[in-house]
Amino acid sequence: MKIAIIDESAARAAVIEEGLREAGLADIVVLVERHGVVAELERLSPDVILINLENPSRDMLEESFALSRALARPIAMFVDQSDEASIAEAVDAGISAYVVDGLRKDRIKPVLELAVRRFNAFARLQSELHEARSALAERKTVDKAKLLLMKRRGVDEPTAYALLRKQAMDSGRRLAEVAEALITADSLLGGSI
Amino acid sequence: MSRFRIGFLPLVDCALPVIAREMGFAEREGVTIDLVRDRTWAAVRDRLTYGQTDAAHLVAPLAMAMALGLDRPAQAIGAPFMLGLNGNAIAVSQVLAELLGIGIEADARSLGERLAVVAKASAARGRRLRFAVVHRYSSHNYMLRYWLAACGCDPDRDVEICVIAPPLIADAFAAGEIDGSVVGEPWNSLAVERGDGVIISATSRIWSRGVEKLLGFRAEILDERRGEVEALLRVLYAAGQFAADPAHVEEVSNLLAREDYIGLPAELIARGLSGRLICGRGGQEVVVPDFLVLHGEAASFPWRSQAMWLYSQMVRWGHAKPTQEGFAAAAAMFRPDIYRSAFAGTGAVLPGASLKVEGAISAPMGMGSHGGRLVMGPDRFFDGRLFDPDEPFAYLAEDGITI
Repeated sequence: MKIAIIDESAARAAVIEEGLREAGLADIVVLVERHGVVAELERLSPDVILINLENPSRDMLEESFALSRALARPIAMFVDQSDEASIAEAVDAGISAYVVDGLRKDRIKPVLELAVRRFNAFARLQSELHEARSALAERKTVDKAKLLLMKRRGVDEPTAYALLRKQAMDSGRRLAEVAEALITADSLLGGSI
Repeated sequence: MSRFRIGFLPLVDCALPVIAREMGFAEREGVTIDLVRDRTWAAVRDRLTYGQTDAAHLVAPLAMAMALGLDRPAQAIGAPFMLGLNGNAIAVSQVLAELLGIGIEADARSLGERLAVVAKASAARGRRLRFAVVHRYSSHNYMLRYWLAACGCDPDRDVEICVIAPPLIADAFAAGEIDGSVVGEPWNSLAVERGDGVIISATSRIWSRGVEKLLGFRAEILDERRGEVEALLRVLYAAGQFAADPAHVEEVSNLLAREDYIGLPAELIARGLSGRLICGRGGQEVVVPDFLVLHGEAASFPWRSQAMWLYSQMVRWGHAKPTQEGFAAAAAMFRPDIYRSAFAGTGAVLPGASLKVEGAISAPMGMGSHGGRLVMGPDRFFDGRLFDPDEPFAYLAEDGITI
């Protein structure tokens, strides 16, 4: 079974490809570029095409599927309607699939399920990365606020930190928010560090 | 409180749901509208099919293809409300504009015949002109084909018609991938502003009241949440009244310009909204009357005859079969019954019938109605043909299609 993965995100495509390979599916191609994708698919003639739901090329691809004999008229997603739940799950995860007419459901289902898991894992990784980035940014803000207090109030670092923490606890806000407010106020009042 | 998630593409005719949400109309009826933006019709369709949205802004033929099960399993879809008539422009590359030598000032017939000559000459040299439409099952595709064919240009042989999603059309012009396009605003105006495209006509010049976008629902939502659906329709109608006032063009343009809706400058959006187009970069404003009709003349009423005309075009171009059942299924997808029930006694003007002969009105004309006087604007096809919903097979026979 030949599987084509089309995704604007090369990283996400790689994550899905790796998952499929680990599951013993070896015949996989990844297409990231929008240009020439139809010609490439006609050349490769895959049995299953996995594509991110929001991919901007989908309308164009569906037109080519409707016209092309090279693809043996794959029907859009979804081999039959008896497995609505797993299809809905794929759409929820953000994947769409096109499957060559006649491919058996028991063959496509594991592929789809694996793609869904990988897609979700990728989304999780992305949000973790986003969190890590913002945590780093927050730490920098707190450091800056501490420095500001040390300079303005002539205190040492632990005291500056304690002041920030107390203010955060008293006002029911997060440390980074208090630090941010302090920096903003200082810059508005013409200070600079 | 009822809540509807509505899918849409960034186009000027997504205006009514956006206005309903942002200008307080929804709130007043106890309706919450969440809008889900996509870049392709395929994604809008899939979200509706699998329940990520409750309703969707859709090109009418695509909703029909879903209901008829073209290319995929059939799905019960109903359309009780139309979101706008026409609103699409026909644009070409700078090179083709120069070859044609005529543009927006020309009537659809002269322009089409000129285009046919240029297209055939190009095909004879081994390079067919490439026109983009936004979906296989789109009014854009069927209007372009109707126009070309009536002007002596075979849309399957003399030109190539491809599909490109609206937000990518301007880029396709810039990359030299296409010679022409039929797409909604503001994507033509974007190509014009970038100096890559020239607007030469509008679908309103082909059919002056052409069926375009509808609000499609899964049928089970229409059944199970009927009261809420009807409230939503009243909200959209109120939004339409607001949009129809020329004094609101600037406000609506600013709203649609927001990043979460269309995300292009309000000045570009105002053009399609008001029918005041700039056809080439730096050019003079051209007023195209009725370029986009969002409200009035029962524009939001789902005429079953319009669904049937679309079906006739699906048959004509080989997308559907010439059967009585097909016409019946297409007509049944439009739900004037729900529209009537939503607006009974509200003061909204309701047509007396659900079918009309399409293309028969050449000057504003009164029509049988309830709740007030209904005056319909001209709905002519540029070639003067009539579509009588009682005789769909006679209409097909005019194009040489027999059962």
